[in-house]
Amino acid sequence: MSVMTPKMVKVFERPRSLADIEFTYCPGCHHGLITRIIAQVIDELGIQERTVVVGPVGCSVFVYQWFRCDGIQSAHGRACAVATGIKRVNPDLIVFTYQGDGDLAAIGTAESIHAANRGENITVIFINNQIYGMTGGQMAPTTLIGQWATSCPEGRDAGLAGYPIRFAEIVAQLDAPVYVTRQSLYDQKRIRATSRAIKKAFQYQVEGKGYSLVEILANCPTSWHMKPVESNRWIADEVVKVFPLGDLVDRG
Amino acid sequence: MGEKILIAGNDAIAEAGIRAGCRSYFGYPITPQNELLEYMSAHMPKAGGAFVQAESEIGAIYMCYGASAAGGRTMTSSSSPGISLKLEGISYLAGCDLPCVIVNVARGGPGLGNIAPAQGDYFQATKGGGHGDYRMVVLAPATIPEATELTMLAFDLADKYWTPVLVLVDGVLGQMMEPVEFCEPVDPTTLPLKPWALTGAQGRPRNIVTSFFLDPHELSEINLKRQDRYRRIEAQEVRYEEFETGDATIVIAAYGTVARIAKTTVKLARNEGIKLGLLRPITLWPFPYAPFRALSNRVKTILTVEMSAGQMVEDVRLAVAERAETPFYGELGGIVPTPRGILREVRKYVSYDAENGQSF
Ligand SMILES: Cc1ncc(C[n+]2csc(CCOP(=O)(O)OP(=O)(O)O)c2C)c(N)n1
Repeated sequence: MSVMTPKMVKVFERPRSLADIEFTYCPGCHHGLITRIIAQVIDELGIQERTVVVGPVGCSVFVYQWFRCDGIQSAHGRACAVATGIKRVNPDLIVFTYQGDGDLAAIGTAESIHAANRGENITVIFINNQIYGMTGGQMAPTTLIGQWATSCPEGRDAGLAGYPIRFAEIVAQLDAPVYVTRQSLYDQKRIRATSRAIKKAFQYQVEGKGYSLVEILANCPTSWHMKPVESNRWIADEVVKVFPLGDLVDRG
Repeated sequence: MGEKILIAGNDAIAEAGIRAGCRSYFGYPITPQNELLEYMSAHMPKAGGAFVQAESEIGAIYMCYGASAAGGRTMTSSSSPGISLKLEGISYLAGCDLPCVIVNVARGGPGLGNIAPAQGDYFQATKGGGHGDYRMVVLAPATIPEATELTMLAFDLADKYWTPVLVLVDGVLGQMMEPVEFCEPVDPTTLPLKPWALTGAQGRPRNIVTSFFLDPHELSEINLKRQDRYRRIEAQEVRYEEFETGDATIVIAAYGTVARIAKTTVKLARNEGIKLGLLRPITLWPFPYAPFRALSNRVKTILTVEMSAGQMVEDVRLAVAERAETPFYGELGGIVPTPRGILREVRKYVSYDAENGQSF
């Protein structure tokens, strides 16, 4: 009997579109995972050479560093307007924004809603971690009622600060968006669903179908003062009750 | 060159933008610049360009920021309160070295003010307004033909120096009509390519447009390079007009609409034997300090006239130092000074020599 040398098959590798630069995220944070998924999707669709990343201000302020694609930094909240300008001038580019909840749903509310309402042919990746991570854990428009943050030390009080804003639902009311979905990353199944959603959103843009929003329930172990595993459980048990998962619009 | 057509300032500036090869315009309605936006909505798509009525002036300036980063000639316009909203974006444009033409058809302020012509935005235009160490070329036409020429020049300067450029007019220039002979249109496909433009990382390393540099040394170096560019602009791009200054003993300093009115004052004064001249800055930044300095060595008085409480006069005084007297006459709130009103002011600084029958 001859000894067979097992043939090595590569089953996992860094997506080509992901630059070889260290993330600046805290351990256990979902931002890095989402970045990787997007890079994978860019590879799969073969659009690396025509993709432009529009970065926010927030923990992901360096998002354009992590892709082997052209990129631009935006002012806090203005990413959807910046993406509009790029796409209108060069419709062949694939343009996506990557924005936190403070960026997209507080300071950038007007730009975010109106880009959606105009049906700009862009993809918006919305990272809803219910907190202002970069500035040290202040309350976000998406912070849950009763949730602690550095600027609501008694927990979010609806009487003072209103309720968590469901941005995907707001955008889903509009006629123009082709795809609006809310996803999460708290287990393998959800990660795969998020990958599929991101791919669909980019695919629709490639096909010229129009505006997509992928809202992703993400964690912030540091500002939530939780271990990463605990933070995943928190999303599965509590956050999804306020922010239900699933597709809200799919007109593709 | 084509035929002469009678056209309003706002329309003429918009047409000049399209002729300059601008192929995207983003704006938000505000009086007295609405016609500019409306003209663009009709003509930009015909030229194959993009027009978006944005959700706000903030939205509009960041659309310009994206459009400019994508490599195109781009433009926005507004009036005073809207320009205030754009300032953050202008700082970002400057911080990323992105060309962009911004038009301010200025109105009375502060606050909501009114829709009458005013020059109260001089500080905002020339001294920064937005945050950080940046400068912006500011062009101040006094007639509509000049507004079209300077709008076209604005695009060239923006591309040459990779900087935002402001065209500053007021409600008078925006609304009134004059005959204009437009320059030949520029074909945007013949303009030099911008090596930093976001066109897709195909066959080249990726391009990144950003003003974010955490390392103080890196930011300092980038800022110093930009400052060098500003020094070059100061050395090469100062523009001004001298009118009847050769034998003048008293000179009016005025720009835009006021300079135009002051020209009539010069003629009226000269009929009375007053040796009055006019120095009209065309670039408000870079400011024509040297011409004012030169003038101050040979005239007794430089009277600054503005539709403001006195803003440009600070630059005049900086240039003149104590070499001549530098009084100020201003009208506020949207009141436009008249040629005779300015003349009355001029007379205050003229002494009459009865023996020689001469004023000086
Ligand atoms: C005009 C402006 N206001 C405020 C800030 C400060 N700032 C930076 S990031 C941030 C909040 C970011 O929170 P979020 O968008 O939720 O993203 P995260 O950091 O949680 O990923 C704020 C308020 C800024 N950079 N610019």
